[in-house]
Amino acid sequence: MATTLSTPSPREAKHAEPARPRGLFRRKAGEHDKAGPVTYVLLGVAALVSLFPLYWTFVAASNTGERVALSPPPMVPGGELWNNISTAWDQADMGTALLNSTIVAGCVSLSTVLFSTLAGFAFAKLRFRGRNALLTLVVATMTIPPQLSVIPLYRIVTGLEWSGHLQSVILPSLVAAFGVFFMRQFLSEALPFELIEAARVDGANSLRVIWHVVFPIARPAMAVLGMLVFVQSWNDFFWPFVVLTQQNPTVQVALSAIGGGSGHDINQAVIMTGALVGTLPLLLIFAVLGKHIVGGITSGAVKS
Amino acid sequence: MATHVRAEAPPAARSSWRSRLYRFDLKASPYAFIAPFFLCFAAFGLFPLVWTGWLSLHYVDLLKPDVMEWKGFGNYTRLWSNDQFWTALRNTFTIGVISTVPQLLTALGLAHLLNYRMRARGFFRVAILAPYATSIAAATLVFVQLFNPDYGFINWMLDLVGFHPNWYSDTWPSQIAISTIVTWRWTGYNALIYLAAMQAVPKDLYEAASLDGANRWQQFTRITIPSIRPTIMFTIIVSTIGATQLFGEPMLFGGGVGVSGGSAHQFQTLSLYMYELGWPSRQLGRASAVAWTMLLILLLIGLVQFLITRYRKRNELGG
Repeated sequence: MATTLSTPSPREAKHAEPARPRGLFRRKAGEHDKAGPVTYVLLGVAALVSLFPLYWTFVAASNTGERVALSPPPMVPGGELWNNISTAWDQADMGTALLNSTIVAGCVSLSTVLFSTLAGFAFAKLRFRGRNALLTLVVATMTIPPQLSVIPLYRIVTGLEWSGHLQSVILPSLVAAFGVFFMRQFLSEALPFELIEAARVDGANSLRVIWHVVFPIARPAMAVLGMLVFVQSWNDFFWPFVVLTQQNPTVQVALSAIGGGSGHDINQAVIMTGALVGTLPLLLIFAVLGKHIVGGITSGAVKS
Repeated sequence: MATHVRAEAPPAARSSWRSRLYRFDLKASPYAFIAPFFLCFAAFGLFPLVWTGWLSLHYVDLLKPDVMEWKGFGNYTRLWSNDQFWTALRNTFTIGVISTVPQLLTALGLAHLLNYRMRARGFFRVAILAPYATSIAAATLVFVQLFNPDYGFINWMLDLVGFHPNWYSDTWPSQIAISTIVTWRWTGYNALIYLAAMQAVPKDLYEAASLDGANRWQQFTRITIPSIRPTIMFTIIVSTIGATQLFGEPMLFGGGVGVSGGSAHQFQTLSLYMYELGWPSRQLGRASAVAWTMLLILLLIGLVQFLITRYRKRNELGG
């Protein structure tokens, strides 16, 4: 897992290939990294496979349960969306669930971004005893399965009479090793030592350095990390499922109530509506900010 | 898992540290900055981890967690002779393989395609990442629908060619269905990570290779793959961890019998088995033993990976 980050070399290198290679992967000289029709077809298939289940969720959510259970299944949206939404709302408290998920994911991503930036900055740019060992420890903690801490956490949470309350989901996720590593990778590239030195020479203490130098430079990475953590927290299932109840659920816990329990033959349209309602907020975020998220992942910050 | 740490900047000799406070700030602030992470980790990660180990040596009832009866390694030996544990272990392994291997191979291919110059590259990238935004619960519910043996979309298509697998009750079809959900959610994300690594491969390597007459496939296998090997290792490790922890997909895929992983445990994973022991069966001690067994398995896999990497490195240096 040892890599350094290097900036992509400029893509202007468009050399003519003197010896023209033969076979399937042959390209005309000068088009050396240009996509051919096969590439478009394959990527089109990948995009279709990625998007079809989402489209079909919408189709099922807007048809009646009987229509969804037909063979062949319906392929175009119907007009039942609002009916299904109100049924789903009756079966599980989707309103509370959406609000709870927003609160949980919001708190978790704010604190993760803040603490990850601080720790990432320290690991990237500050000298202190034990730095390498501690950084290795951070990376090592990523490998510990969350299931290992579930049982004692459950006892702590019930002991404090927190179970069923949102703090039981928020507090254990306030930090993420992944985030520390992410910010460290970003800041060691993006933040020049000279800037810190300049601020120091001007008499800035560490907090001022953080506020006036680190945060402004880290902002794009903080935004990407925030979105990644938000998505992850929104979609978290195992721990919320263990400690929360249907009286005060997150979206995923509420979905498990709509979907589980009654086998496979309850109203499928309503189940799909729940899935749609639970996913839509994230898809909206993706539709608006998707390019930034993709840019953040491909910019190399996630690389390890 | 050594992490590369950059070289230090030259010490700022000119800077004049005037006050003691200033020096203290400089010395203490790094620790203050990393403290929140390590404090939270100690409280919610390390401490519970050790506690789970202690619990695994006892008989503990979920409803009377303060009454602990010493069992020594009894919970572990009991696991060893328990068929359901071995089934869960085998399922975790097979589902892990049939979800991880195609997922990473597809991701590698997609990343390679996305690396070309093309129109609509933004669309393609966002499109393949869309499943990542879909939650386990939502994705699983959708795929339960698509895999429904009687009226699901997939069997409707397979009927056309005379296939009619029962994706719920048969071992292999149900495991393939669950792996499909995992693969669908994670392929795009891994593809983008590979893409990031591929973009950092120096272009002149490819030019030199094409001067030597290497075709695209040879360039892919001899330049791209070796250059991004650390990233591939990273995704393998992350996917292995994810596969070992698999819980939500089989749980929700099974509907009413999700916790037991299907009526015959045909897709019960270790995580599900742990949950079934700890919560429905209320035996926290035995569940803790499963949790620690999972950690030991991961450590074992990590050790094997480490040894392979070291063996490789030594061979490369020697040769």
